[in-house]
Amino acid sequence: MSVLLDVKNLTTQFNTEAGIVKAVNDVSFQLNEQEIIGLVGESGCGKSVSQLSVMQLISAPGKITNGEVNFEGRNLLDYESNSDEMRAIRGGKIAMIFQEPMTSLNPTLTIGRQLTEMLELHLNMTKEAARERAVELLKQVGISGAESRLDDYPHNFSGGMRQRVMIAIGLSCNPRILIADEPTTALDVTTQAQLLELMKDMVSKYNASLVIVTHNLGVVARYAHRIYIMYAGNIVESGTTEEIFANPQHPYTKGLLKCIPRLDEEKGRKLVPIEGLPPNLINMKSSCAFAPRCSERLERCLTEAAPPLRDIGNGHYVGCFEK
Amino acid sequence: MAAYIIRRLISGFIILALVTLFVFFVMRLLPGDPLIIFMGRSVSSGNMSMEQLENMRAEYGLDKPIMVQYLNWIKGIFHGDLGTSIHYHEKVGRLMLERFPITLHLDIFSLFIGTFLGVMLGIAAAIRRGTWVDTLATGFANIGITIPVFWLGVVLMYTLGLKLRLLPIAGYTSPFDDFWMSTRQAIMPVICLSITSMAVIARQMRSSMLEVIKQDYVRTAWSKGLKERVIIFRHVLKNSLIPIVTLLGLAIGIVVGGSVLVETVFAIPGVGRLLVDSIFAQDYVVIQSSILIIATIIIVVNLLVDISYGWLDPRIRYS
Amino acid sequence: MTDTITDTMKKTENKILSGESEAPPVVSEWRRFRRVFFQRKLVMFGLIVFVILIFTAVFAPLLAPHDPYRGDLANSLVPPNSDFLLGTDIQGRDTLSRLIYGTRTALLVGFVTVAIAATIGNVLGLMAGFFGKAVAMIIMRIMDTVMCFPFLIFALVLAAVLGGGIQNVIIALSISLIPGFARVMNGLTLSIKENDYILAERSMGASNFRIMFKHILPNAMPTMIVLITLQLGTLILAEAALSFLGIGIQPPGAAWGSMINDGYRFLLTNPILSFAPGLAIMIVVFAFNMIGDGLRDALDPRLRGLL
Repeated sequence: MSVLLDVKNLTTQFNTEAGIVKAVNDVSFQLNEQEIIGLVGESGCGKSVSQLSVMQLISAPGKITNGEVNFEGRNLLDYESNSDEMRAIRGGKIAMIFQEPMTSLNPTLTIGRQLTEMLELHLNMTKEAARERAVELLKQVGISGAESRLDDYPHNFSGGMRQRVMIAIGLSCNPRILIADEPTTALDVTTQAQLLELMKDMVSKYNASLVIVTHNLGVVARYAHRIYIMYAGNIVESGTTEEIFANPQHPYTKGLLKCIPRLDEEKGRKLVPIEGLPPNLINMKSSCAFAPRCSERLERCLTEAAPPLRDIGNGHYVGCFEK
Repeated sequence: MAAYIIRRLISGFIILALVTLFVFFVMRLLPGDPLIIFMGRSVSSGNMSMEQLENMRAEYGLDKPIMVQYLNWIKGIFHGDLGTSIHYHEKVGRLMLERFPITLHLDIFSLFIGTFLGVMLGIAAAIRRGTWVDTLATGFANIGITIPVFWLGVVLMYTLGLKLRLLPIAGYTSPFDDFWMSTRQAIMPVICLSITSMAVIARQMRSSMLEVIKQDYVRTAWSKGLKERVIIFRHVLKNSLIPIVTLLGLAIGIVVGGSVLVETVFAIPGVGRLLVDSIFAQDYVVIQSSILIIATIIIVVNLLVDISYGWLDPRIRYS
Repeated sequence: MTDTITDTMKKTENKILSGESEAPPVVSEWRRFRRVFFQRKLVMFGLIVFVILIFTAVFAPLLAPHDPYRGDLANSLVPPNSDFLLGTDIQGRDTLSRLIYGTRTALLVGFVTVAIAATIGNVLGLMAGFFGKAVAMIIMRIMDTVMCFPFLIFALVLAAVLGGGIQNVIIALSISLIPGFARVMNGLTLSIKENDYILAERSMGASNFRIMFKHILPNAMPTMIVLITLQLGTLILAEAALSFLGIGIQPPGAAWGSMINDGYRFLLTNPILSFAPGLAIMIVVFAFNMIGDGLRDALDPRLRGLL
């Protein structure tokens, strides 16, 4: 497997009135060809911002201050956000699906127009060809009566249907990577499962890689090959899905696992929430951000900076002191 | 859709009926007797007696009870007869035919220019937020909602007309008689008439666009790799225009109200000037008809505005 | 979801039972208000102009160098000089003194009119929004009827009917302005009365009157304050327009609008006669609009675009 996307030391900060918020702090991750990875963390931990940074969709007061986003032999951060090169990547090579299906589609344009505009742009299709392709795409994501629904507006679709349309839009130009930012959070559980299956199938059909951003470890358990755990702007643990679930090392990961129900464990296990709230990211201290909530906290955790990610074998990395 | 329009038309008629009642009875509260005012001028030239006055009163139907007068007026309207002006001694319908096209010419131009420039200015300010373009556009809009239009007319007349001699200082010529002269005479009035609505629309357009730019679907559009121009015109513009459409009703009011002032400043013989002159002459036949026509236009425009919502916003259901 | 609603209701109930008011944490709100409001230069400009204006109106007799009403025909149409800083009009009256006295007219008409219109308009809007049905139908239909007329034309006709003069101008402008307030208040009432705490209050057996004036009205206050400030500018412009047409303030009263009209006849020789009062109107209206914008952004930024 070869590396498709290699993000190194990415740092994105927001200069707000109250101070500097390091939403993404020195984050590195890799995505291989035809791989599905999960990026997991509580809301506000910077997982979405890290992905928006890859796409250079960060707007003021946010700013990418450091790092590399290596994709197909180029560092995307060398390009201006609005440059032709970057625009060709967005939608053409890397596509993104957002959390809120209800508001992510333009209410005043037909579904067809929102599909075809990208085909015309990136694949230079004619209007007719783009329309035909759009019908095909809608069929592939399981929208019945695709032909006639092309001229409908988003408000004629349910949330799940809209997210299917978003998937169709995302994959319309055969991108190499699809980034799904909390794609199912706003939907009910059965729809969630269907959509995740659909995404998995579609991605493998198009030989693309998939990044699933979620706050729910359970969502990625079944689909992701590897998982990155993020906390307060940092990646605290990463490894294959099996490793993370079987052998979690970071106290935060353990905490996350304790609060999801599992079928493979003894009966009567209680779900335990992680105490406390995620830290305020404004003007953070340099010591471990999780320390105040940590159940395995050591003396040094409150004074020293958290250690860099450490290789513990089997492709498993953890950013915590050795016990 | 058809049912919606019919319902709106019915409620429009109810409001129009209220308007006629209001206009008619308020007019009767005007102090003074228009016939005496009219006579005042004639008597001085010594050719009118009290007898003639009573004859005239009967001729205008002003001797009848007020309810009968009202019903006669309404009956006349349905027959296309708006009554006879006491002051001008002419059919109001004929007066309107003379004066109305003039006001219409200037007002439609002003409305069009005001809306177009307002939208453009708002867009420029919004997409270049925080730059000198924004400062300039916002400053201009703030002055536009502040400046008294009649005073702007006086200042323009002094600078462009009297001092620089670039434009004729006043008057009106039909574009069908002398297009060049007509256009030159229309420039200053149109600037005055359009500036307020332009400023109001620019301010609204700016904030409405800044609101839309923050929406999720605009982020989606960016994620598709579209050009900024395409995003603005295809994804942002239509959504930002929705609240602007509501303002069009208001803009019409501003322009029509402004006509009264601007036509007075530039000595333009339109309906606005007619209204002011009639008020001084206590010629309520003319006043009530002009106001009725203005109210009708505003009701119709508001109906059109509501219907055009559906075109802009597909979520609207006419139920 | 249901839990949170019941929770909120419980909290509200507890507060009501313990006699606590619904007031938001005042200190931080006030601090945020101050920061947003005073930070903008244009808002500060507006405030300074406002203070100067009040000062000028109150101390007009002390500030004015000459009698604004009594002219001296020997000094007719004098160009600006050291004695008459802005020259004199056809009757030989000092322009500067008339400008200074004009602030009284502008402010009097502005404040009194807005007070009358806001009071009546708010009560009508509140009643229409609160009681709905027939009450709303009758009130809002009448408001719609008035709104079919352009503001200025409606005021013009009313002022003509009433016969001009400062008192009648105030009445005419108030009546023309009422529908604007009633409409906004109606909308606000409709949305505020859907809140949980109103439901809770009702379930506790509060009277309609109490709910309307103790709960809905205070919640509509921020919007109303902004609307009132912005309408002050509109009113000063409208009063000037009426006076310009000769239907507003009658001579010899000093009103900026009629001063423009008086000076207009001598535009070629004495342009300052109509330029100066127009500039005064502009500065004052600009100041009110900027204060209004500042209040809007500081009190409730969501109003941006609505008002």
